[in-house]
Amino acid sequence: MSSLSRDEVAKLAALARIEMTEAELLELSSQFGMILDAVARVQEVDLSGVKATSHPQPLENVARPDVVAPSLSPEAALSGAPAQEESRFQVPQILGEAE
Amino acid sequence: MALSYDDVVAKYEPVLGLEVHVELNTKSKMFCSCATEFGAAPNTQTCPVCLALPGALPVVNEKAIESTILIGLALNCKIAPYSRFARKNYFYPDMPKNFQISQYDEPICFDGYVDVEIETEDGPKQFRIEIERVHMEEDTGKSLHVGGATGRIHGADYSLLDYNRAGIPLVEIVTKIVPGTGKYAPEVAKAYVAELRDILRGLKVSDVKMEQGSLRCDANVSLKPIGSDVLGTRSETKNVNSLRSVERAIRGEMIRHAELLNAGQKVKQETRHFQEDTGLTRSGRSKEQAEDYRYFPDPDLVPVTPDAAWIEQLRAGLPERPSVRRKRLQQEWNVPDKEMAAMINADVLDIVEETVSLGADPTKARSWWLGEISRIANEKDLPVAELSIKPVDVAELVSLVSKGELTDKLARQVVEGVIAGEGTPAEVVAQRGIKVVNDDGALMAAIEKVCAEQAETAEKVRGGHLPAAGALIGAVMKETKGQADAARVRELLLKHLGQG
Repeated sequence: MSSLSRDEVAKLAALARIEMTEAELLELSSQFGMILDAVARVQEVDLSGVKATSHPQPLENVARPDVVAPSLSPEAALSGAPAQEESRFQVPQILGEAE
Repeated sequence: MALSYDDVVAKYEPVLGLEVHVELNTKSKMFCSCATEFGAAPNTQTCPVCLALPGALPVVNEKAIESTILIGLALNCKIAPYSRFARKNYFYPDMPKNFQISQYDEPICFDGYVDVEIETEDGPKQFRIEIERVHMEEDTGKSLHVGGATGRIHGADYSLLDYNRAGIPLVEIVTKIVPGTGKYAPEVAKAYVAELRDILRGLKVSDVKMEQGSLRCDANVSLKPIGSDVLGTRSETKNVNSLRSVERAIRGEMIRHAELLNAGQKVKQETRHFQEDTGLTRSGRSKEQAEDYRYFPDPDLVPVTPDAAWIEQLRAGLPERPSVRRKRLQQEWNVPDKEMAAMINADVLDIVEETVSLGADPTKARSWWLGEISRIANEKDLPVAELSIKPVDVAELVSLVSKGELTDKLARQVVEGVIAGEGTPAEVVAQRGIKVVNDDGALMAAIEKVCAEQAETAEKVRGGHLPAAGALIGAVMKETKGQADAARVRELLLKHLGQG
């Protein structure tokens, strides 16, 4: 049975910005193992000649003409923002973690 | 100890890689119908799609696809018969979706090239810049950093986001690595970006205004010892927003890398930010950490499979290549090679062409833009195109001079006035009371005055010593505040002294 290490799960969690407890990291590392096993079974199927699929519908070239439609008002756009200033979304300090 | 650039290139060979982002000039955004106008009030051009509200679905702008294919064709690329959009996942407040829609392993255009020519010590030399890919993506929102000492991201207390720009169609043009430019690396890079800009302008797919960010360059630079096959570690400099900065940033990074390598230190693979004021770069986020984007095909968008006949139709409609256009203009205007290179280097070709199209003589138009106006632009440390004097003003100026209403000297005062914001040439002439003194009576009065003051010199001229007349003419010009036509003064003066 495959598995993901606790550190690999911690990295995925960090990339996805999901905070997890130590117990959750351990629990998920074995659960991911089961998911990977399931996917591994799909990989056993001979798919040579089958194009990678990203969409269940066989659609191509769905596009719209370059025409402007009305936007939201700034008030409506900002109505869900936890914080705002000068008609802009206010967010916490950005670079803290990389410094 | 600071190394000189010559020291660097004597020992190391630079390897370049350039990524250019171009904002397309479509009316609406890449995946929604919001307007794309530059400079609109914050968050007035957003909707559920570009704000990533739940349930919103993107639909691609067909004009953006067409523009990208045109760019690919103009850069001699192959056009993919099948390409897809991918999600580039990262958390950063400039993208409300927490991913950017881009293209990953299936770009719409690939394998092209651009030839650029630069002046070298051995005359003009051509370099081929190979294009790896041209792909479609969307621009990010604009952040305003509040607090801290400088308004920069470093040390800010919090940031404010305007999503008007989020979702504007962006095309990324990526070169393969560019080896073999040696000491000309900075000039080749600048020439490449200039050529791209001219190509894009010719295609009319973008405003290509570097100062407004509609054309942005990221420069990857690494050094390897001359003769070595092993590539050095690269740095990626972002925020390079003028042609001059492209050259400065690459030169500066080459020196910085060489200093590290000479000191036995390692170059760190990282993103750096170009500082327009110092010409130096500053460290940004470290690359190893940042580059885990977990791309996957975007399930909200379907593949793009452009029809071959349509591609051929677009190819057939491509405009004249900038290099061809330059050759044509040089012939039409009868410009010597050196002057042509000066015009390209000063980036005045479009401006001169527009001036000529407004009726000005090509030689006169060129000499104004390359001479007096470029001189003032240099003094102000501004690109010529950003001065308030426009082709229509210069055309008017040339016409005023040719009609004899201005002398060259007076015209220079008018140029100053137009650049100072005093209005059109005619307005400056009227307001400053500038005019050629055509009144022979007024000129004669000045001549008589000068001859009386400098009786000895006047006597020499009267005695047939004509070179002495120069001093008198100069004095008359001064007396008439430069408003007289020197040729007419000479004529009247010599007649007055019996030599006419």
